[in-house]
Amino acid sequence: MPQYAAIIYASDVDPTRPEAVEMMKDYDEFGAAAQAVIRGGAALYPTATATTVRVTGGKGGDIVTSDGPYAETKEALTGFYLIECADLDEAVKVAAQIPGAWDGAIEVRPVVDFGK
Amino acid sequence: MTGAGDAVARLVRDEGTRVLATLVRVTGSVDLAQDAVQDAVVRALETWPRDGVPANPRGWLLVAARRRAVDVVRREAKRLGKEADAMPAVDPCPDPVSVRDDLLRLVFTCCHPALSLDAQVALALRTLGGLSTAEVARGLLVPEATMAKRLTRAKQKIAQARIPYRVPASEELPARLAGVASTVYLIFNEGYTGRVSLIAEGVRLARLLASLMPDEPTALGLLALVLLQDARRSSRFDASGLPVLLSAQDRSSWDASLIKEGVELVGVGLRRTPSVPNPYVVQAAIAACHDLAPSYAETNWDAVISWYDVLLSIQDTAVVRLNRAAAVAERDGPAAALALVDGLAGLEDYPWWHASRAELLHRLGSASALGALDRAVETGLPAAHAAHLRYRLSP
Repeated sequence: MPQYAAIIYASDVDPTRPEAVEMMKDYDEFGAAAQAVIRGGAALYPTATATTVRVTGGKGGDIVTSDGPYAETKEALTGFYLIECADLDEAVKVAAQIPGAWDGAIEVRPVVDFGK
Repeated sequence: MTGAGDAVARLVRDEGTRVLATLVRVTGSVDLAQDAVQDAVVRALETWPRDGVPANPRGWLLVAARRRAVDVVRREAKRLGKEADAMPAVDPCPDPVSVRDDLLRLVFTCCHPALSLDAQVALALRTLGGLSTAEVARGLLVPEATMAKRLTRAKQKIAQARIPYRVPASEELPARLAGVASTVYLIFNEGYTGRVSLIAEGVRLARLLASLMPDEPTALGLLALVLLQDARRSSRFDASGLPVLLSAQDRSSWDASLIKEGVELVGVGLRRTPSVPNPYVVQAAIAACHDLAPSYAETNWDAVISWYDVLLSIQDTAVVRLNRAAAVAERDGPAAALALVDGLAGLEDYPWWHASRAELLHRLGSASALGALDRAVETGLPAAHAAHLRYRLSP
């Protein structure tokens, strides 16, 4: 069965802070309801904690780091789920239940199956 | 090509779409199915004019296309050193219901909301319309290489993201059908901006949709709308290609049989939507008011305006209000209409808003008409319409 990454772009908050408790309740509910299709995932600390790494001049070059996310956007990449669904329509239905979809957006991308 | 050859080509094109729809289901791939059907069609065009059309042309094409698909899959498996997956058999004499269901699957897959509108239009013309990539490119005024890339990308997305080959469940159907209808209507309207072959394609797709879903008001209303507009086709542009206003069109050249068919469809559509009006049926009803008027002066503007009021109850947009104002101008005069047009917010970048103002100001004898025309041109009024308006406004 195909897998999809459901990548969450939403408000850039720290899910461990007390302010996020309501939101985390929504995520817990989603996690329980979608238990049958969730194969993995992670929640991320806010973009303020991000470090972007580049190697100048290609492989073996100098490592250059910068503070912050790769792209500054209104909504931040806050986490993702790996879900297993029969087809895109099913995956879209699941993605619509992720709380991040309600005030942000979920990017649904098919996962490459190298096993074939 | 000979007359018989043309007839064969038409038959092959019509059957080709149905055969493709079934082959996509059987092979599970739009790309492979297209390749296989293309191969079968080439063989048919070679042999049928010479040896005669087989008794069951659809079955012939289905079997030939499946054979080709099996060959391609086997060759690919061999190249990778794997076993080829078995491919389901095809029924050479499929019952009409399964043919219809396959076509519906193809319609909903090509017009899937996960595909961009550009991709939907291209795929619909290529697969449902049976046009070649070069013909689609020409129709949409896009270089052929760009179109080929667009189609490849769309087919890749269908395959890799697993856009299902399925008719939506009844609770999703209204929204999905509205998406299909707007894609088909867009194709038809593209034709009116100068790509005449697309008008015929739009009508053809609307006919297909209505034949596949004869109980759906959206499908009936869409077909009625395009037929009632297409009935006026020959009088909409003059010999030099300039648009002719409805008021100046030669009504004797309108196609009476298309009008009759469209009006009957409006009737059916209205009977099927007694409580909640359908936007396509209502727009078709407005077109019918124009088509049935013996002359512009005798148009029943009360009826037109009240249909616009119905349309506003389900689709309250500034553009609908602008069109309603044009009818108000005819019934209540330009001053009443201008007050309505000026009251519409958010249309400063919409050329037709400025064009309407220019026309109404001109009728009121105001010098500001020229300024409004300039704004219409700046915001992108099509050149032919701008020229026409300029001609009207010239002293």
